[in-house]
Formats: sequence, C-alpha cells, structure tokens
Amino acid sequence: MTKTPSMSIKRWIETEKKQFKQDDKSAYLFTLPYILLFMSFIAIPVALAMILSFTTFDMVSFPKFNSLNNYIYLLTADEEFMRYILPNTIKFALIVGPGGYILSFIMAWALAQISYKLRTVLAIILYSPSLTAGITMTVVWKVFFAGDESGYLNFILLELGLIVEPIAFLQSPEYLFTIMVIVALWGSMGVGFLAMLAGILNVSPELYEAAAIDGLKTRWQEIMYITIPAMRPQMLFGAVMAIVGTFSAGALGVQLSGSNPTPNYAGSLIVNHIEDYGFIRYDMGYAAALSLVLLLIIYFFSRLSWRLFGDKD
Amino acid sequence: MNPDKWSWDQTPFLLMVLPIALFMLMPLIYIFNHAFKPFDELIEYPPRFFVRRPTFDNFLELFQTATTTGIPVTRYLFNSIVITAIVVFLSIFLATITGFALSKLKFHIQGVISKINTLAMMFVGTAVIIPRYILIERFGLIDTFYVHILPVIAIPVGLFLVKQFIDQIPNELIEAAKIDGASSFTIYLKIILPLIKPAIATIAILSFQAVWNDASISATFINRDSLKTFAFYMQTLSSSSNVVAGAGMSAVASLIMFIPNLVIFIFLQSKVMNTMVHSGIK
Repeated sequence: MTKTPSMSIKRWIETEKKQFKQDDKSAYLFTLPYILLFMSFIAIPVALAMILSFTTFDMVSFPKFNSLNNYIYLLTADEEFMRYILPNTIKFALIVGPGGYILSFIMAWALAQISYKLRTVLAIILYSPSLTAGITMTVVWKVFFAGDESGYLNFILLELGLIVEPIAFLQSPEYLFTIMVIVALWGSMGVGFLAMLAGILNVSPELYEAAAIDGLKTRWQEIMYITIPAMRPQMLFGAVMAIVGTFSAGALGVQLSGSNPTPNYAGSLIVNHIEDYGFIRYDMGYAAALSLVLLLIIYFFSRLSWRLFGDKD
Repeated sequence: MNPDKWSWDQTPFLLMVLPIALFMLMPLIYIFNHAFKPFDELIEYPPRFFVRRPTFDNFLELFQTATTTGIPVTRYLFNSIVITAIVVFLSIFLATITGFALSKLKFHIQGVISKINTLAMMFVGTAVIIPRYILIERFGLIDTFYVHILPVIAIPVGLFLVKQFIDQIPNELIEAAKIDGASSFTIYLKIILPLIKPAIATIAILSFQAVWNDASISATFINRDSLKTFAFYMQTLSSSSNVVAGAGMSAVASLIMFIPNLVIFIFLQSKVMNTMVHSGIK
C-alpha cells in the first residue's frame, strides 16, 4: 500500500494527540500570551513581508502580483541601492560590527585583570554610552560636531590653526559617514560587552593552572587557547548582539545630519532605504523585498558567527 | 584574573582602559554641564567645556515650552512614565512565566519554541516595519495607547536570558513542591520568582531601555500629539536646525532621558552581571 499524504498527516495528528495527553497543560496556558504576541508582531510580519515582496502594493488598492520583479529591480536597476546604500551598509557593518566587537572583547579582558571596585566603576563608564540609545546620543554629538565656530571640534581645529573656516561636518557627504562610524562605535559596548565580561570572569582558574603546568607561557597564548574557547557561548551571544545592533542602526545618519535622505546618501543604510520606499514612495512591495534581504543578511552573518563560536556537533 | 584588591601590576590594563573610558565619558560630562549653562554661556565663543555659573534656567524653559499644538512637556513625560512602568511590569511577567514553562514544565513543543525564539533574537524590528504597520492598522491599534505596549513586551533576548537562568535551578526544588501539592502557578510565584531576581533585573533594564528611549513608535504609529512619548518630543526638539539656541533645552531633555537609564543600571548592575554568566548561546 503506497503512503498517501493524508495518511502521513493523520499519523502526525495521532502522535501529536498522544504527546499532548502527556503534556503539562499549564505550560500551554503560561506560554500562550508570549506566543500570541510573538506571532502577531514578529512571526506574521515576517511572513507578510515574504508575501508582499512578490507584489506591488501602495496601501490603497489590493496588492498586485508582481512575481520576481521587485528582486530583479533590486539587483539590476536600483541605482541608489547599488551606488550608495549597499556599499555604505557593508562598510558600516564591517567596521562597526567586528570593530566594536573586538574593542568590547579587549576592554572586557583588560577589565577582568583589574580589581573589583575599580572594574565596576570602569565597566559602568564603558557601558553608559549604549544607554544613550539614539536621541541623547545625537544631541550630544550634534553639539560637538556642529557646523559653525561654536561646534566644539571646529573650535579646537580653528584654535590649532588646522583649518581656516568651520566645517559643516554633519552636512558634508565626506565626513558624515566617518562621524556615524565613530558615534556607533562609541555606543557599541552594550549587553554583548557585559556578557563577555561575565564570561571572562567566570573561566575556571583551574584551567589556567593546568595549562601553566603544561607549559603555557605568554598572555597571548593564554587568551587564544584557554580564555576564548572557555567562553565561546558568551562570545557567540556578543557576536549576535553586535550584528543585530549594527544592522538596525538606521536612524543615526538622519538624526545627525538633520535631513532625510542624508546629503548625497552619504549616511543612508539599508534601513533608511526601506523606510524611503515604504513611507515616502508608498511602494510597500519593494520595501518588503528590501526587508527580507536585510533579514537574510543578518541571518547570514549570524550563521557565520555560529560556525566560529558555536558548539560543533 | 579577577583579583580582589588593587596591585600595581594591574596598571598596564588600567592604561588600556582609561583612554577609552575617557572617550566614553567626555560627551556625557559635556552634556551634563551644557544643561546647566545660562544662555550667555551657551552661545559663548570660544565655547567652554565646563559650566561656570550653573543655573536651572534651561530646566524652567523646557517645562514652560509647549509645542505648536499646545501640549505641555509634562504630558509627554507623563505618557513616557506610565508606558514605561506598564511595559517593564508586563515584560517581566511575560518573560518569567514563559521562561519557567519552557525551562521546567514538560510539554512536547518546548524545544521548537525555544529554537524559534533563539532564532528571533536576530530579528530587527525596523526591517519589517511595513508589514507591522499593516497589521497594527488591521488590529485597530493605530493612534491608541496600546500600540506603545503590545508590540514591545515580547522580547526574544529577554526570554532567552531568563530561560537560561531558570535552567540553573535544581529540579529537586520543584519536585518537592509538586509533592506538597503545589500547582504550577504557585511554584512559579513562590519558588521561581524569588530565585531569579538577577534575571528579573536584567529584563527590567532591557525593557526599560527599549521603551523609555523609543521615539519610533510615536513617530510611525501615532498621529495625536497627546499620546506621544517624551523621547519623541526630544527628537523633534533636537532636529530643529538651530543647534545652539535650543541647545540648553535639548541638553536638559537629554539628561532627563539618560539619567534614569544610568541610575537603574547602577543599582542593578551586579544582578545583571550575574545573569550574564548564563548568557551563552551553546
């Protein structure tokens, strides 16, 4: 007798029923609110994005099926994307992501060598910028990089005689990107940093002693062969946090320069592009396609980190 | 590694950290000073870093300013405070009860849910802001108070951290309670919650940061000014092009945004570090 799909579905339903009978029913009750919210605001939007990406949709009329045209446009005809957005996003992600991550690790490791009280104070100081999340951050840096003589950086440069006239840093296509990178790095020591610090502090001292007996000599060897492998789970957590943080940094360019889109698209990242097509041009189908591309990029880099730090099984 | 007391051979590491710490600190000290500067010091050239005659002028000006629609600042602050309190409370409840179920209760889809949640940690809300807008519109949540709360309280990172933490609780404790006839909810309330204070502290901080600092919900999903948050108001203040004249008020507003974050973190940081020990993804 050949297996038909309806037989397999029936079998699956039977197993599910059997397992359900043995389940702790209160578990379903407890997890229901979270699951509902998760479905509503995370799972279903992603599914919707997938569907919408194959349509043209302007929020007024019903979506029109558009097959792969959105994706074809993305790869071949979207000039802004290829000339500015994609290079900007990749440059930004490669500098702020691994750069911020390595900086977090170095700081966490250095802090672990310092005594408790001092370490706590310094850790709070290093973590503080990540608390400024967005608005406070830009106010602070806007004053520093302000375009007239009263901007602090302009003032210092004028005093030192390095420039003759104040530079409008935040409005200039040349400097805006660099400033974005600096500000992003400034705020990058967040939860991932704390996780790595905790990881380093909790490596068992016996591992170091055993290694010393086996002939381990330099600090560097100690880090590469004992510390990092022992805290791989925290390294992975820190990596995922860094990746997510980097790719969601859309508002930075717009807030710093005060204009949307940023001058000459110098500060525009993929998130800005999505908002552009979604809320300004009302081409939701294309915006959805872009969103999926972004999620895929994030997933790709996370899988890379998993390969590096995850348990190999 | 992890010394208890200071000794001079720790100096090289201190030297590594200090410049970065200074870089982190400078802008914050600057804003702190800026908020207390009287008007003549704000527009002063050459600009000074530290304030010489601190005043509360900027604070007064901020609180007397109304927007073009006549909504006073205090309304925005009130909104933010209420929303933040509700969100923090609900996120803690959701994450702990769901984490408890995923960690200690036996049901067969437990693994699937955990894996999906771990996947969702890589999720960036801004990527799907368009479908979210469509859904929220269909649910009738646009321009309501609830849109500040419902999309925000399910935090995958939070659930992950809480679940990892609860995994550490020995099962024997729970077995013993079951033998004594406790229901799952009583176990949750009387045994689990008191034991996971560090995880609760961490969720509190994460959700606080997510909601107190957020202006995007007000910008995207709300039209009526009276429902918008203080963070949103801050953003409108600072995007006006006249940086210097409004700088005093902006600085005060930034402080009001920043200080609660900092204070909460300082009080809870040892608990947060305790949670982070179990934060590894395996």
